[in-house]
Amino acid sequence: MTPDDHPMISVRNVDKRFGTFHAITDVSLDIQRAEFFSLLGASGCGKTTLLRMIAGFESTSGGSILIDGQPMDDVPPHQRPVNMVFQSYAIFPHLSVRDNIAYGLRKQKLSRAKRYDMVEDMLDLIKLPGYSTRRANELSGGQRQRVALARALIMRPKALLLDEPLGALDRQLREQMQLELRALQKSVGVTFVLVTHDQEEALTLSDKIAVMSAGQVLQIDTPAGLYENPKCRAVASFIGHMNFFAGKVSRSGPMRAEIEAEGLGRIPVDAGTLRHPDGARVLVAMRPEKLVLSLTPPETTENTMAGTVLTTTYMGERRQHYIGINGKSDPVAVSISNQRRTAMHDLDQGQKVWLSWPDDAYVVLDDA
Amino acid sequence: MKPGTYISQPNSALRLYAVLFMAFIYLPLLILPVFSFNSGLYVKFPLEDFTFNWYLALQDREPVFAALGNSIRVGVTVSIISTVIGVFAAKAIARGRLPGSGPIVGVIMLPLVVPGIIFGVALLILMSRLGITLSLYTVTLGHIVVCLPFAIATLLPRFEGFDHSMEEASADLGENGWFTFWRITFPIVAPGVVASLLMCFTISFDEFIMAFFLGGTNATLPMYIWGQLRFPTQFPSMLALSSLIILTSFIVVFLALWMGRAGLPKSVQAEIFK
Repeated sequence: MTPDDHPMISVRNVDKRFGTFHAITDVSLDIQRAEFFSLLGASGCGKTTLLRMIAGFESTSGGSILIDGQPMDDVPPHQRPVNMVFQSYAIFPHLSVRDNIAYGLRKQKLSRAKRYDMVEDMLDLIKLPGYSTRRANELSGGQRQRVALARALIMRPKALLLDEPLGALDRQLREQMQLELRALQKSVGVTFVLVTHDQEEALTLSDKIAVMSAGQVLQIDTPAGLYENPKCRAVASFIGHMNFFAGKVSRSGPMRAEIEAEGLGRIPVDAGTLRHPDGARVLVAMRPEKLVLSLTPPETTENTMAGTVLTTTYMGERRQHYIGINGKSDPVAVSISNQRRTAMHDLDQGQKVWLSWPDDAYVVLDDA
Repeated sequence: MKPGTYISQPNSALRLYAVLFMAFIYLPLLILPVFSFNSGLYVKFPLEDFTFNWYLALQDREPVFAALGNSIRVGVTVSIISTVIGVFAAKAIARGRLPGSGPIVGVIMLPLVVPGIIFGVALLILMSRLGITLSLYTVTLGHIVVCLPFAIATLLPRFEGFDHSMEEASADLGENGWFTFWRITFPIVAPGVVASLLMCFTISFDEFIMAFFLGGTNATLPMYIWGQLRFPTQFPSMLALSSLIILTSFIVVFLALWMGRAGLPKSVQAEIFK
């Protein structure tokens, strides 16, 4: 069997119960070699528990975890070929930066010179050259984060586990570290598993994302796949903004189907890919930036709806207008990018506007 | 608004209270050193001439040095044993996995509130029932009972004060529990260990009741002082000896507290020592 035959980390039907609380329910996922994989979800969804189970800090109540094809059921954390960057970084306060980074090398029985060389290479990698003799308490938050990364990466782990590593940093530093983290992962070619509640972070960094909720995986996909093709309402609303229109399927033949949706009227759908039977209640989901807003009635009546402006929020690079539509209770959000500094962006409250959309603008979801 | 933040505004009534409080505690203690430098044989005002003679006289007393030796031997043994037990107890309690750790802490802290004389009598009865001859070993045992709560009270904040993901990080980097303890846990709590050693030594060094009941023929320093109080002519020398003991205790306790706070994480320091 060649090494590429199996995923780097394979989580198979894993369960975790704390007393009566079911933290993880039947989760299965595969993380490929050199992949940047994110576990995304709100706090309490079980993502950190799952990561800690991979690291060995939590036992599994059911199922099994394989790392590089090896079952990890009875392997304690100190013998697992993965390393972790902790949320608090857990930099050892009594050791210098060098001794922190070289901490895990003790068993490799290297000469001091060799160890120090490896540390210097790591310091170059994390862009902190010359920091080896600094004490841990002299480091800033971002520097601690880098040292925690170096300390784990020097072990050449089969996978690097990151538990919300950027959560404690302020926004600018966080964005910079996101870019660096992504570049670092590409350059070292190690499998990264990131736990985060920040959907933007997950979209920016990941090759694959598993969206978790209440101890279950809702969907595993690429960032674009999750954003453009969410499989359920929870995923659709967790990532980005989404307008939902309640609707009902009507099939008028094997090849023809339409959805009668609130506010949208009758919209055509591809009968071949639609999973829902005739008369099923569904949700039509459309992103705010897929809608086109105009101040004059469009030439066709197809794929258009009229409404009035309720409120507008200014978001810097774009504006979000909330439009009241006849026959729909909650307003429809439309996102307009602020391409010009002074052009027509401000809409008056109560102003009449028209919305239109391209044929592929929406996805059809279960009504749940 | 007066200068300073709201919380740090001066309050003269509180200041007066603080001064009176300190005076109440420490003025009686001052009588010892004051009269130890007084040439008169009796403790009474007015003071007579200033003299070092009582201190110099201590040098010529064999039993003083024998008692001092006993006290130091017992103190060192007690502080080491109490601190070792305290380290493991504090580790177990702080780990939080111990079921019923609340009541356990209560039981461990009990010697703080049980009168020493009761513990002394109880241990004396136990020893005589078991047929164990009273010696410095039995004193040591009694002192361990007295010191253990102090050791744990000194060590527990250190064990609870540090981020336990440190230990997880060590395990994650390939170290088992034993190496994690020696490479991470122990160095981080080390100042607390030193503080506990010093604290236990002082308590044992000054302890009287246990030594009185369990000491047999081997006197510790406080026992020796007690024995000498029968002789009025010895009294000024005992004042001098007591003054020296107080001074030593103050220095050691100060060191213990200072060591205890050094190296604690800043946030924990801020919480414990305002």
